[in-house]
Amino acid sequence: MIKKVNIWLDGKHLEVPETMTIIEAADKYNVNIPRLCYHPDLPPTANCGVCVVEVAGNPTPKRACCTPVAEGMKIVTNSKLLRSYRKTLVEMILSHHDVVCPTCSANNKCELQTLANNMGVDPDTLPNIMHKAPIDATSPSIVRDVNKCIACGRCVTVCNDVQTVYALTFSDRGIESQITSAFGSGMANSACVNCGQCTVYCPTGALRENSDIDAVWDAVLDPLKHVIVQEAPAIRVSLAEEFGMELGTITVKKMYAALRKIGFDAVMDTNFTADLTILEEGTECVNKLKSGSKRPLITSCSPGWIKFMETYYPDLADCVSTAKSPMSMFGVLSKTYYAQEQNIDPANIVSVAIMPCIAKKFEARRPEMRDSGFQDTDYVLTTRELLRMIKEAGIDLKYVKEEDADETMSFYTGAGTIFGTTGGVMEAAIRSAYTLVTGEELEEIDITAVRGLEGVKEATIPVPGFGDLHVAVAHGLSNARLVMDRIREGLNTTGESPWHFVEIMACPGGCVGGGGQPYGNNMAMRARRGEGLYHEDRNLPIRKSHHNPEIKRIYERFLGEPNSPLAHRLLHTHYFKRSVNNGQVIEEATHKHH
Amino acid sequence: MFLDICKKYPPTKDNLIYILHEIQDTHPQHYISEEAVQVISEYLAVPVNHIYGVLTFYSMYSTKPRGKYIIRLCESPPCYIKSSDIILRRLKSLLHVNVGETTKDGLFTLELCACLGVCGNAPVMMINDDVYGDLTEEKIDSIIDKLSEV
Ligand code: SF4
Ligand code: SF4
Ligand code: SF4
Ligand code: FES
Repeated sequence: MIKKVNIWLDGKHLEVPETMTIIEAADKYNVNIPRLCYHPDLPPTANCGVCVVEVAGNPTPKRACCTPVAEGMKIVTNSKLLRSYRKTLVEMILSHHDVVCPTCSANNKCELQTLANNMGVDPDTLPNIMHKAPIDATSPSIVRDVNKCIACGRCVTVCNDVQTVYALTFSDRGIESQITSAFGSGMANSACVNCGQCTVYCPTGALRENSDIDAVWDAVLDPLKHVIVQEAPAIRVSLAEEFGMELGTITVKKMYAALRKIGFDAVMDTNFTADLTILEEGTECVNKLKSGSKRPLITSCSPGWIKFMETYYPDLADCVSTAKSPMSMFGVLSKTYYAQEQNIDPANIVSVAIMPCIAKKFEARRPEMRDSGFQDTDYVLTTRELLRMIKEAGIDLKYVKEEDADETMSFYTGAGTIFGTTGGVMEAAIRSAYTLVTGEELEEIDITAVRGLEGVKEATIPVPGFGDLHVAVAHGLSNARLVMDRIREGLNTTGESPWHFVEIMACPGGCVGGGGQPYGNNMAMRARRGEGLYHEDRNLPIRKSHHNPEIKRIYERFLGEPNSPLAHRLLHTHYFKRSVNNGQVIEEATHKHH
Repeated sequence: MFLDICKKYPPTKDNLIYILHEIQDTHPQHYISEEAVQVISEYLAVPVNHIYGVLTFYSMYSTKPRGKYIIRLCESPPCYIKSSDIILRRLKSLLHVNVGETTKDGLFTLELCACLGVCGNAPVMMINDDVYGDLTEEKIDSIIDKLSEV
């Protein structure tokens, strides 16, 4: 039992756990203390000083984000003194800031903008003395604009402590202090795995995706191009809140309609290839289990995770499924199978993917992802970019009439849709792998042990004819490390992995918490979106990938069977060993088999 | 050779600043290269970005090659009152460099520093490990002359 203490917050008596900080207690009781660096998902960095409050008996104000409550504490959250403190701090920040709100990617979501506006800061009080520094756009995924950085430190915490990638750091000190990659090498030449978590937690527009909006508009508005679009599972559950609908609402058919209005020639769905991934990866898993291999199979759909593995665990690359991600399977099929079926020259196809992820931009540009003879996926847009396009097109999603997707490559099952949340790929895979091993259908298909936001989840599923199937699920790369270290240790000591099958997603919460998701995100919101996907799964007529009639059709008409030579050529890939210093390829870690 | 220096210290994180010091001091160009950081990173199992953060936090470390002689002129008020600004101007025009830069021949790097603790002899500067006090423009000329000859 955690002891409770009595505090008086703006005169109001409250009983709160003694482990809380002042800001946590205030948040719990809806008392808003201004802040810039504190975020409820992260340990406080206490860098900005905006959260100051007066605590009786103390001569100077205290920072609410890093001051624990104490018995009898009397706290004042607003006073003349505090207002002037905060105003001065914000004025000082703005005087070193590239204030270009109307065109900024963070406009309307920016915590600095909101705070300055709420406090009625007058920009004329302090002249702007910013020296504009170059913007780092070396990476295909991420843009770093230090001119908008307020040195809150959230990105450094996320990159080092939550993701353990060690790409970002503070350099120099005092007023010159800024975030950077080591030796100012640029994000493309750092350990950055493009997960984008730093962009979602950044309170301003200092970190954002490398935008492909213009290129996509150009393609869409070009009558000679056949522009097709796929949307990841997480997109359908992440648009509603931006248009005044309830967070976690599934808006899949409105999403299709909006994409047609924007001008895409064919609207299809990544969920279809999520089902296809299950067949390819599930077959790979079953073959591995049957072979008696002591090495586990680890999922491969998260590109942030893949680059992380290539950097920190290349010795285990052979344990990672060779199956491409659903996005890349879709990309290659869009220029082979689809082109053939529709009788379109693949050279005229522009294949666009809407993803909750910025690492997908990196994945699409990997040289391996050209098995169609072209770049398989031409452009990747994040959820944030899609939202901007929808708004630019003047569409209010709330009032858009629902439409169906095009027929090819769009039909999906409940298993495909839960790919968007942590544990979903594992659950989907078990639903089908069970049948692949036993020839029987799994009856209890809600595998709740792998659901939820626990960092590492484990489950054991009895499979007749095989025995106990041990699985693990990790999300967020520090959790991935825990799992990978145990696998490495197991293989190096007893020669056995603690689990047969492991799912890893780079982002906390899985894709619903991806680095391309709307700004102003937190773990509680990610959980709501995940629930939205489970809800859709429950209500879909088919909930197992191997029952998807369109999947059966693509094998009959094109691919042959799972893991066939053609499937291997188009739908599977191989991995590299990368430098921990700069992320560049050192050598092949596995080979592509033909 | 970076590794040889590392190995003089047990591989624990608290030895980072000592290793950085020795690597910088023994380098003919008085700096810590990217390559050195990568070697230290592997030796101590500390990510390169952390080392870079430490390196840039302390003004005593440099990530850029520096001259054979590092001139550190005190910029604290006691020296300023005694016209350290005139000394600075003299140094800049003599060496044709700005603060933080190295002369073309790689001989001198000009830097500013906080109080050296010998305010009695203000204005003061250090060149490598030697302190020079009661500076005048003439003194500067002869010091630089002498060092340039060797
Ligand atoms: S980061 Fe915020 S304050 Fe700065 S320009 Fe963008 S919206 Fe405006
Ligand atoms: S994208 Fe991810 S890995 Fe890259 S800097 Fe941001 S948090 Fe670190
Ligand atoms: S880039 Fe963003 S998250 Fe990182 S320190 Fe600057 S403002 Fe904070
Ligand atoms: S929110 Fe407390 S110091 Fe920034």
